[in-house]
Amino acid sequence: MSRNLIIGSALSALFVALAVISFLWTPYDIETLDIPNKLQSPSALNLLGTDQFGRDILSMIMMGARTSIAVALLAVGIGMALGIPLGLLAAARHGSLLDELIMRGNDLVFAFPSLVIAILITAVFGASAVNAIIAIGIFNIPVFARLTRGAALPLWERDFILAARVCGKSATRISVEHILPNITNLMIVQGTIQFSLGILAEAALSYIGLGAQPPTASWGRMLADAQTLVSIAPHTALVPGFAILFMVLGLNLLGDGLRDWLDPRIRVART
Amino acid sequence: MIRYVLGRLTSLVISLFVASIVIFGVIEVIPGDPAAFMLGVNARPDTIAALRAEMGLDQPLITRYFDWVTGMLQGDFGQSWTYKTPVSELIADRIWVSLPLALYALILSTLIAFPAGIYAASRRGRAGDVTIMGATQLGVAIPNFWFAMILVLIFAINLRWFSAGGFPGWDDPAQALKSLTLPAIALALPQAAILARVMRSSLLDMLGEDFIRTARAKGLSRRKALWKHAVRNALIPVLTIIGLQFSFLLAGGIIIEQVFFLPGLGRLIFQSISARDLIVVESVVMLLVFTVIVVNFAVDMAYAAVDPRLRAKA
Repeated sequence: MSRNLIIGSALSALFVALAVISFLWTPYDIETLDIPNKLQSPSALNLLGTDQFGRDILSMIMMGARTSIAVALLAVGIGMALGIPLGLLAAARHGSLLDELIMRGNDLVFAFPSLVIAILITAVFGASAVNAIIAIGIFNIPVFARLTRGAALPLWERDFILAARVCGKSATRISVEHILPNITNLMIVQGTIQFSLGILAEAALSYIGLGAQPPTASWGRMLADAQTLVSIAPHTALVPGFAILFMVLGLNLLGDGLRDWLDPRIRVART
Repeated sequence: MIRYVLGRLTSLVISLFVASIVIFGVIEVIPGDPAAFMLGVNARPDTIAALRAEMGLDQPLITRYFDWVTGMLQGDFGQSWTYKTPVSELIADRIWVSLPLALYALILSTLIAFPAGIYAASRRGRAGDVTIMGATQLGVAIPNFWFAMILVLIFAINLRWFSAGGFPGWDDPAQALKSLTLPAIALALPQAAILARVMRSSLLDMLGEDFIRTARAKGLSRRKALWKHAVRNALIPVLTIIGLQFSFLLAGGIIIEQVFFLPGLGRLIFQSISARDLIVVESVVMLLVFTVIVVNFAVDMAYAAVDPRLRAKA
């Protein structure tokens, strides 16, 4: 295993663990305010300090991890659930009008500045975690559609697919039974990368107030709250920022590491 | 070449058309009655009816869409509900913050990324390369608005080299540029990290090409082969990324403007969203999308102009 894979999975696992543990236990209850204890620096009582309402920042980071991971994961889910079938379909009907339509539609979504459209969607339909998921998810669809088509096209030229066609299997069955298993690795790697982009996008949307709404904790909103406090209590801005940075860094390293590890050619070359 | 240009031009027009439909649809059709939405829940029915007439909402949908599009083509973006001034004036005031900010960031990003990428490629696998690639991993993972806050903490609050926010206007260009410097750095850094990685990998691809071996066999030094042959060819994919980055920078500026309290298009959008001034939101979003699509088109054209293979194929 490469260094990227080890560091990446350790960092990602840490945040997933924080999110999972938060369902069972957090050091403090984040819904109870403790104003006299506000803006405390990190100490033995509050490992990462407290915010402007005296809430424990470690507990908020744990709850925020839950929000970030849920939003990014579901957004990747939307991208995969719609993008992969579209890509498989375009590849199976390569050169047809349908293929052309799917690919031009992809180009169109790519041409849109995603952040602006995400802002538009959440502004009109209301700021909520669900709308953030949809806004981020929409821009994941063309990523997976294009990648799937690109990976599936050369497979359709291979002998084992020809054999399956000779056996009388339909294009749909071939796509699901033979093409899909052969592109799974690629999708896992891309999924990791989109996951990390989703974390960043969720943070940006909740920073500008268009993501998850209070009382749901989110890293982006913790940063927005910290903005006016940064000079008197820098830890309120540093902690959530580093949480985002390390989570995204971990996922990116994991993606790089998985790509090398899952690619048999690179693995053989190494051994 | 003509067929290529025509093809791209067609998709440009289609993109703009679909974009306008989507934006118009999201704003004017889906949430129900825009007039009621803009006035809030406590509005009286006659007030809503008056606003409906003022906004032309009593007209059929198709008429409204065509009025909106033809108006924009003539530079008429409608009248702002809250500011009571033409939207085009609001945009004209603020674009002189957002556009220079995006360009400033683009220049910074290129100035950082080119030397970093070229240096990393020329030192492949050595300490310099590993350090730069490690730094780009961090650069890609850092949320730019958080980086902006850190810059404010260090350079505005502690060192007092820059102001923490606000924009003095272009009467004094030096002051104006100074106040855009921290925002531009915050915007540029993540993009510079991406660009440096593209520059490095594109250059490494080139260094493996036959023409570089030929140049080296002719007796060119490694450095000369790199600068005279590889860098020029490696620029083609880099150019595309720079074009795409312009849209990221313009859109990303929306958030950075919030951090630095800059009176740009981003602030205009957010103020309009909270004031429910949908006409302004609609027009600013369309303008941003229009700019991005046109810039992408220009990049495609530039790409064709520098890459003869693409021209020949088309």
